Amino acid sequence: MTTKLMGQKVQRVEDQRFLRGNGRYVDDVAVEGGTLHAAVLRSPHAHARILDIDVEAVLDLEGVHAVFTWDDLASCTPQMAEPLPLLIPHPALTHGRTQYALAKDEVNYVGEAIAFVVADDRYIAEDAVGRIRVDYEFLPPVVGIDAARAATSLVHDDVPGNIGARLEQNVGDAPAAIAQAPHRLELDLTVERSACMPMEGRGTVARWDPDLNRLQLWTSTQSSTGVRAAVAVKMGLDLGQVDVITPDVGGGFGVKINHPWPEELLVPMAAKALGRTVKFTEDRREHFISSAHERGQVQHIEVGFDDDGRLLGLDVEFWHDHGAYTPYGLIVPIITSTQLLGPYKPQNYKVVFESLYTNTVIVTPYRGAGRPQGCYAMERTMDAIAAYLGKDRAEVRAVNFIQPDEFPYDQGLIFQDGRELEYDSGDYPAMLEKTKALVGWDEFPAFKAEMAAQGRQVGIGLACYVEGTGVGPYEGAHVHIETSGKVKVATGLTTQGQGHATVFAQLVADELGVKFEDVEVVTGDTRRMPYAVGTFASRAAVMSGSAIHLAAKRAKEKALKIAAEALEADEKDLQIVDGVVSVKGSPGTSIDLGTVSVLSNPLRYAFDEASKAATQFSVGDPGKPPVPEDDEPGLEGKDFYSPERATFASGMHAVIVETDPETAEITILKYAVVHDCGHLINPMIVEGQIHGGVAQGVGGALYERMAYDESGQLLNASFMDFLMPYVTEVPDGIDIDHLETPSPLNPLGIKGAGEAGVIPSAAVFAAAIEDAEGTLHPGMGITAMPISPSELYALRQSHDGKNS
Amino acid sequence: MKPAPFAYRRPGTIAEAVEALAGEPNAKVLAGGQSLVPLLSMRLAAPATLVDINGIPGLDTITVLPESENGGGVRVGALARHAAVLASDDVRRVQPLVPLALSHVAHATIRNRGTTVGSLVHADAAAEMPVVLSLLGGSVEVEGPAGRRTIPASELYVGPLESSLHHDEIAVSAFFPALAPGAGVAFEEIARRHGDYALVGAAALVDGAPGDGQSVKVGYLSVSDVPTVVDLSGVADDELGEAALAQLDPAEDIHASAAYRAQLVRVLTARVVRSARVFRQAQRPEEL
Repeated sequence: MTTKLMGQKVQRVEDQRFLRGNGRYVDDVAVEGGTLHAAVLRSPHAHARILDIDVEAVLDLEGVHAVFTWDDLASCTPQMAEPLPLLIPHPALTHGRTQYALAKDEVNYVGEAIAFVVADDRYIAEDAVGRIRVDYEFLPPVVGIDAARAATSLVHDDVPGNIGARLEQNVGDAPAAIAQAPHRLELDLTVERSACMPMEGRGTVARWDPDLNRLQLWTSTQSSTGVRAAVAVKMGLDLGQVDVITPDVGGGFGVKINHPWPEELLVPMAAKALGRTVKFTEDRREHFISSAHERGQVQHIEVGFDDDGRLLGLDVEFWHDHGAYTPYGLIVPIITSTQLLGPYKPQNYKVVFESLYTNTVIVTPYRGAGRPQGCYAMERTMDAIAAYLGKDRAEVRAVNFIQPDEFPYDQGLIFQDGRELEYDSGDYPAMLEKTKALVGWDEFPAFKAEMAAQGRQVGIGLACYVEGTGVGPYEGAHVHIETSGKVKVATGLTTQGQGHATVFAQLVADELGVKFEDVEVVTGDTRRMPYAVGTFASRAAVMSGSAIHLAAKRAKEKALKIAAEALEADEKDLQIVDGVVSVKGSPGTSIDLGTVSVLSNPLRYAFDEASKAATQFSVGDPGKPPVPEDDEPGLEGKDFYSPERATFASGMHAVIVETDPETAEITILKYAVVHDCGHLINPMIVEGQIHGGVAQGVGGALYERMAYDESGQLLNASFMDFLMPYVTEVPDGIDIDHLETPSPLNPLGIKGAGEAGVIPSAAVFAAAIEDAEGTLHPGMGITAMPISPSELYALRQSHDGKNS
Repeated sequence: MKPAPFAYRRPGTIAEAVEALAGEPNAKVLAGGQSLVPLLSMRLAAPATLVDINGIPGLDTITVLPESENGGGVRVGALARHAAVLASDDVRRVQPLVPLALSHVAHATIRNRGTTVGSLVHADAAAEMPVVLSLLGGSVEVEGPAGRRTIPASELYVGPLESSLHHDEIAVSAFFPALAPGAGVAFEEIARRHGDYALVGAAALVDGAPGDGQSVKVGYLSVSDVPTVVDLSGVADDELGEAALAQLDPAEDIHASAAYRAQLVRVLTARVVRSARVFRQAQRPEEL
């Protein structure tokens, strides 16, 4: 018997290609001469009316093929000149607004697309962009949550108070419970804006083939099927005329799930109009000012609790900055408002949020997608309760945990997918014990005293979260065993570096009994799998993994049926090992899967060795048609997986930091993660996801922010000033331990793992820094994240000033 | 992020390079390109002509000058890369402050291409080497249509990103004076990330036996808009930071408030002066 690959640290099949520079990204497509290149004129102003656009100076520039403004869009189709779609409407989003592919009359953020130039190369296209003259009438910009709430100016004239949506959910009566509670606290917290920073930005290539009468589109997306549908509708094409191919994607982190981006429509429009291949490759500055940001929230929390720190009522109000438009609906604040609860039972919970317009880049999900803010709100509250009661922070958390025998546990709220927020499985007390052991929680006070004796200040923080992963509605898979015996697998969702080609092949090899090396996985190609949703919400392993498992099962069933006939044996007596079907206990009686594939198709032209080998076998009922009514030719399996609801992964992070008493520099001494994503398919890949997530979380907590000035200019739109951590800023080692409580919702018992590493960062660092600072600056709360040394220093000054 | 059109010249001699510069008022010299090329790509600079000096032979030398010449020191050619200067045993022996500071200049890949002289005349007050040259009292030798002249560091930096070179002059070398036998040096900086521009950096030079007669000078980067050297001779140890701040006016930016920069000036001033004294002492065990 071959060893099961599920759960093994199988080396990633992708890495040789990526590490040797052989990855093939959108910009590597259509590199032949003749491809035209696009550049976009973007608004330099945060809020302005467009009075006139003069493209005269561009027209005679040699090498320029076309320049488009909003006025030209209707010449493609009327719908091209309509606003972009609102992807996920919600009844509470009473004032949803989306931008046009090219601005019509008004711009609402620095970076909004105004004109689109197509030229021989990007250099000429940028020269041309520089020659376009736009007359603006300036309007007052609304920047930041305070300005949005004050509403002295409006982003959109017809959106009163800048409020796009207000949503309230209640479980029990939190205000009443808090009023009656023995202890009460209030917290005011803020989280600043940050953004996904994939190494590969957005990019789209389109080629109109007049011979085939169809469009081929390569785009760096997290949903190729979504882009396909959007492009077909906007361009007035049949769905069947549009192929969308997602090649290697150099990181997504959420920003590429929003679609269609203006360029995803403008590039194919130009390609069809000009009859030439057209390419748009976003540059870094464009990524900062014209893709998407996230995270910005202001939170007010009121909590009532008993002497043990047990929550009696939790009342949360928060304001979410969604930028200038709402293409992705309310997904981010809904996730904050529901996932805030983490592993705890609040008893009574009220949450209300307002989603606000500002004259800044749009806000769509960024890895974690609202969970980091929710975790921050809840965990800061837990720390505040512990400080108030003088209790151990871990103990306060423990008394509030949902217990292992309480699953499935219904939190009584509606989650992002419109389904009940019902946790399927977990074991939070066991996880806390593992976390404490891993970080050395009980030994920490002695370490802290030892450091203090040396004049050093250290602190420890703990943060817990629950993450709804693998949301529906579905994914599908197609498994094809070719006559060569090689197995070709296709699933429609896309890959941004997660290692899908490895883990999905592991699942297929296990289920089919073929060699891992014989399995090839294709993702994100609508020609191979036209029905799919996308890669977001930590859903790929759960959704496509389950679908692939089911599809492989179907292929196997068919293979066994044919093989049983060919070998004149009972299906139950057959086994498949390394691609050979044999009768158990009688290894001589066997047939290769490739030969079975030949037998599955009555048209047996003997093109290959497997076809010649198949002549010795006889299958099929001579009394029936060659392909019976309930059968299909070919050795394939196709299936879909559609779960009732999300499956809930969980985790706890703990960090020990040192803060410099003089310079306020923050150094990470130890970082520990305990993670539960159910059964692990490939622990090495899960740990890689955690490493990357923690690194991104370090950035989000200590380094990265979007520095907008009052006029709405982004001051740090480059990697020189937007400080992503280097390897030198990330802990040398991240201690990881796993817990495996399988999900009952899918055949493999798995849960998602992609976003987990980044969720508790703001919470856990705030806690650890507060703890470290407590000796010299007692009572100084960390309430605004991210935090830089300069800000920590300012906080010390104002705290000590107040208390002196 | 593509540069605007420009003409490209690659002269084989300094004279040709000077001629190319003189013929085009809007020309820029390209040496390592580590500052210039990003500025071009972001279209923050759009010179009509780039004069690439990388084809001129003999500019990459690092030479030790004997005491008879300017009191001794090292001369670094215009095409000597940071990495080569950092790796030079001669430089380390003659003026150890140069490698101490160079190890903080950006990242290895940038040091492999970027030139020390290029960094000096780019005149960025957030860069390490202009402060080192200023503190040591070094100079830059330039060549223009009128021939060669030497610009002392004290006259080199006239404003933010502005040197006193004329547009048709090329910096051909820099001179770093040798460390005097009775002197000590130190360099320290605090940056948000490893290899980033410093929030504040400080270089110290102490000369003479400990006591009131000891010369103490500290140079600062990322504090003012030009590299700034402050004389702290005779200042008591616990007043060094405040004495320095009396002559500095730290600025605010998105990475640090002015108050935080002032705090870093206090901390770093004390640290580098202490380290420079320890350095000096280590050279002179007989004083112990």
